[in-house]
Amino acid sequence: MTVNEIAKKLNLTFYAGEEIAEKLAKGCYIGDLLSLAMSKVTAENVWITIQTNMNVVAVASLVEAACVIVADGCIPDEKTIEKAKEQDVILLGGEISAFEAAVALSEMGI
Amino acid sequence: MADVMKLQFEVNDGDFTRAGETSSKVKKTLTQLGFSPIVIRKVAIAMYEGEINMVIHANGGTIDVEIYSEKILIVMQDKGPGIADIEKAMQAGFSTADSKVRELGFGAGMGLPNMKKYSDEMEITTEIGKGTCVKLTINVKE
Repeated sequence: MTVNEIAKKLNLTFYAGEEIAEKLAKGCYIGDLLSLAMSKVTAENVWITIQTNMNVVAVASLVEAACVIVADGCIPDEKTIEKAKEQDVILLGGEISAFEAAVALSEMGI
Repeated sequence: MADVMKLQFEVNDGDFTRAGETSSKVKKTLTQLGFSPIVIRKVAIAMYEGEINMVIHANGGTIDVEIYSEKILIVMQDKGPGIADIEKAMQAGFSTADSKVRELGFGAGMGLPNMKKYSDEMEITTEIGKGTCVKLTINVKE
């Protein structure tokens, strides 16, 4: 499953990384505590959070997450978007809740 | 001991915008040098936690990284208040971070425990009013 396919299915907006969204994704982690996310998110995972600050990008980049989905209509800060573009982190967002997103991802076989 | 590569970085106080840059640079270097993804992940997580601690608690400081073929040594020296009770600070969930820091997703009391978890050796020396030095060793052989 590619990040593009996930974005379409979940009706998500691209804040950064649309041009690299043919990247594959598998597995998912949901959480907002960055220390915990850092140890739980593994390479190619989808990470769902409501954190919007730029440290999300640093964590996603370090652990090589496939993409970050900012859920519940939360909107990433401008600086977060800038940093995501700089670091080639795919940043998505939408009205969808973390639970709804997880259910949809599960149905997609992620 | 085989060839060594030494890197040094400054970490600025309160500069959340740049937190993670050091770990990111080291990660890139280790990737270029061909270290395994497991080793790189351990170094990146342990260093990022250290960087964040220096930004949140410790008025910044310096990070020295020594890369050997068989291990990676990270020395993080800060200019902070020191740690009054190391045992307590090592407990998962214990934190002295303020609410502003917690809102950013930090301050869950997992920094030092994560550094321990992702390193093979950890040594903390601290002096109240002077600062703290955390030395981490990550072995390359699993």
